[in-house]
Amino acid sequence: MFGIIASIIDGVLVGSVYGLAAMGLTLIWGVMDVVNLTHGSLIVAGMFALYLLTDATGLSPYAALPAIVVGGFAVGLFLYWIAVHRMIGRPPLMSLLSTFSVNLVLVGLGTAVWGTGLFNVPVSLPGLTLQRFTFPGTHILAAVLAGVLAGCLYAFLYGTRLGKAIRAVANNRGAAELVGIPTTRVLSFAFALGAALACVSGMLIATLFPFTVLSGDAYQLKSFVVIVLGGFGNPAGALFGGIALGLVEGLATPFMPVSWILVIEFGLFVAVLVARPGGVFALRRT
Amino acid sequence: MATQQVSTRIDALPRTILHRPFFWIIALAIAAFVVAPTIGNDVQLRESLLLAAVYIILASNLNVMIGYAGYVNFGSIVFFGLGGYLCVWLVGRPGFPLAVAALAGGVVVSALALVFGFGVLRLRGAYFALATIGVNEGVQAFVMNFSPWGGAAGMYLSTELFAPLGGPRQALWTIYYLLVAVMGLSLYLSYGIKVSKFGLGLLAIGQNEDAAAVLGVPTRLYKALAYSATAFLPAIAGGLYYFKSAFIQPSDAFDLTFSTEAIAIVMLGGQGTIAGPAIGAFFYEELRGWLLTSDTFSHFQLVVAGALLLIIVLFLPRGLIGTAHARWPDLRRIIE
Amino acid sequence: MTALLEIDGLGKSFGGLRAIDRLSFVVHEREILGLIGPNGAGKSTLFNLINGVFAPDQGSVRFGGVDITGAPPHRIAKYGIARAHQIVQPLEAMTVLENCTVGACFGSRNLSRRQAEAAAYEAATFVGLDDRLAIPAAHLNIAGKKRLELARALAAQARLLLLDEVLAGLNPTEVEYMIGVIRRIRERGIAILMIEHLMQAIMSLSNRVIVLNSGQKLAEGLPAEVANDPQVIEAYLGDPELARQLHGGS
Repeated sequence: MFGIIASIIDGVLVGSVYGLAAMGLTLIWGVMDVVNLTHGSLIVAGMFALYLLTDATGLSPYAALPAIVVGGFAVGLFLYWIAVHRMIGRPPLMSLLSTFSVNLVLVGLGTAVWGTGLFNVPVSLPGLTLQRFTFPGTHILAAVLAGVLAGCLYAFLYGTRLGKAIRAVANNRGAAELVGIPTTRVLSFAFALGAALACVSGMLIATLFPFTVLSGDAYQLKSFVVIVLGGFGNPAGALFGGIALGLVEGLATPFMPVSWILVIEFGLFVAVLVARPGGVFALRRT
Repeated sequence: MATQQVSTRIDALPRTILHRPFFWIIALAIAAFVVAPTIGNDVQLRESLLLAAVYIILASNLNVMIGYAGYVNFGSIVFFGLGGYLCVWLVGRPGFPLAVAALAGGVVVSALALVFGFGVLRLRGAYFALATIGVNEGVQAFVMNFSPWGGAAGMYLSTELFAPLGGPRQALWTIYYLLVAVMGLSLYLSYGIKVSKFGLGLLAIGQNEDAAAVLGVPTRLYKALAYSATAFLPAIAGGLYYFKSAFIQPSDAFDLTFSTEAIAIVMLGGQGTIAGPAIGAFFYEELRGWLLTSDTFSHFQLVVAGALLLIIVLFLPRGLIGTAHARWPDLRRIIE
Repeated sequence: MTALLEIDGLGKSFGGLRAIDRLSFVVHEREILGLIGPNGAGKSTLFNLINGVFAPDQGSVRFGGVDITGAPPHRIAKYGIARAHQIVQPLEAMTVLENCTVGACFGSRNLSRRQAEAAAYEAATFVGLDDRLAIPAAHLNIAGKKRLELARALAAQARLLLLDEVLAGLNPTEVEYMIGVIRRIRERGIAILMIEHLMQAIMSLSNRVIVLNSGQKLAEGLPAEVANDPQVIEAYLGDPELARQLHGGS
């Protein structure tokens, strides 16, 4: 019995990191109606940034966090002006395709540089042992950091002028423009912020599991599942969605082979999408 | 002036599809596919054209959803992969003849798509696109675990099964011709839909779904029918293709890059046109072959493909044929 | 006069707001029934209930003696009710002729695409769009798009047209032209239920007028009777411009 509870708790810890990743995706979606298909690559970029930084400096992995936030933000700005800016306000197919093609370029460059082999970042942290079960320290710290970063994002969106401007643009771009909000700057900022979140979550995932250049797809799909559970364009919902996904994974792990969990996830994804397009935790239906 | 011009245009409308020049252009293209590799018994050309035919099948059918109805099916490869699995399994286990197995695969996949379409097509825009990714990934994850179909390891066919088709060498030619036939059917299907009442309804849905419903288009039924109709031929093609390989595994059969390539092809050629997906597929296959053999680019195949697609999306959103149509409107009557 | 459309006790709420409140009225064959009322009175919602965009919470809609309550929009079109939208909804990339062909193909008569094309040509000519048949609908100006709305509805060969502010945003010459078109439509024996803010037009076109306020019927009668109804004038006091027009127009 305790094993099951422990598995659930561990699932929730990891799930909160998925939630953080999905926040970046849903922020961009909500603000500019763009489904960012470079999301997976940005997660992978965070993983490899961590790998390179720790490899080069020998510092603790967690010290790399500020650098990865700044780097992710800069990459996000660059991507916005390359692939997204011209797609704003055009049919969803166009931004899907433009971000998809940038993703192809990024994956191609990644495989050319690093190949498709397995990488991992060694982290030594003491775990927390309760009875026969040990919760890895990396899982606990990653969940705490994810929670703190989610809190920061929330404080930013609701407490600052720029955050309010982002929410205003998300709500009604035309009206925001009329009251003098520089929408293009706000959009590029929001996209960069979403990219930074994806990179940071990639960095945190790299402290938990080994990864390859091609890991992005799987985590991107997980982010979609999380968003569907948490509600589109709703960053707070994404954290809950991530925790819910972690809960499902943790609950299922003791009872079935890991490979069946994917079937459940995608089944859940399609079923929820069709039955409640606004998301399980969404307050209003879109 | 304009009145006269237009009213004569109406009177001059071809009576049937057989009176349109483009019908015969398609026929010529199919004939070229049939004849070209037999000259000098060119097996390498045949293999390249076979891949082009598969791309044309996928892209033409996808185009009905994307270019006509305006629904971006990101996971269209699930039809091809599932058709392949059904066919390989039916040939390998109960020992059905290839034609029956491939056809059965088409019918089953098409029926599944019809049932599923009614649910998934309630979603619009990006939501629909995501759901189709979910369907593909879900089916892949399921097949990975489905032991009757070999799970993640996949299924092999014994080469003895080529015997009814006149041995391995002859069988490859037969399958090539069958795939060319499916390609021809795909082109004529997408052409036939476009000039029909059904196609007019789909085009209206693609422009403004709510307005289409008010004008009397049964939108839910039409969308589900289109989804199902465009599953049929790709599923048969998948059956033929994987029978030829004599091997199928989930990571190939449900590879999302394959279906995103199909989207890129539709965009490259021009969504909503008949010739666009075919020409796009031809160019794409040629480019891919060149990139794979080029020393400089073989490592950067994805980079080049991605950059090319980005350029099309940014600067040529109507694709090759669409741009040509906008430039020379009269071209519409010849290349549709 | 026989009743064509019978609305009985119709009601629809959105959240706490009663958009349509136990509304009953009849549209007779071959008549133009004007529907007026202040902004937010529920006029467009009523159209959405009649043509199936929304399902009503209570009450019934009968058309030609058949209960059509809650049927989806495409079925309503088959029954023979066509609609011109207040905010024009052209199928932008399709030509004017193709737009009308959609109306004809999927309208009340089950036409083949070829037959529909002929009907579409006729409808487009009727509203004076025959010089623009081959251009994409997106390229029409607002007056052209308004005419296209009307042409599509006509091509459907409906027995009842729902016209939602087809005169709004037009200049006086265009208004004059459209009024002529609407008169000629009635001469063809098609009944019309029209929402209009342009009082002069509605008073001169309508056989009868219904005034809607807060989802309820405030008054019903001949145009002159309604215009002098003290209740109606009071309802419009919140909208002085309309009150002035009401007096000037009658």
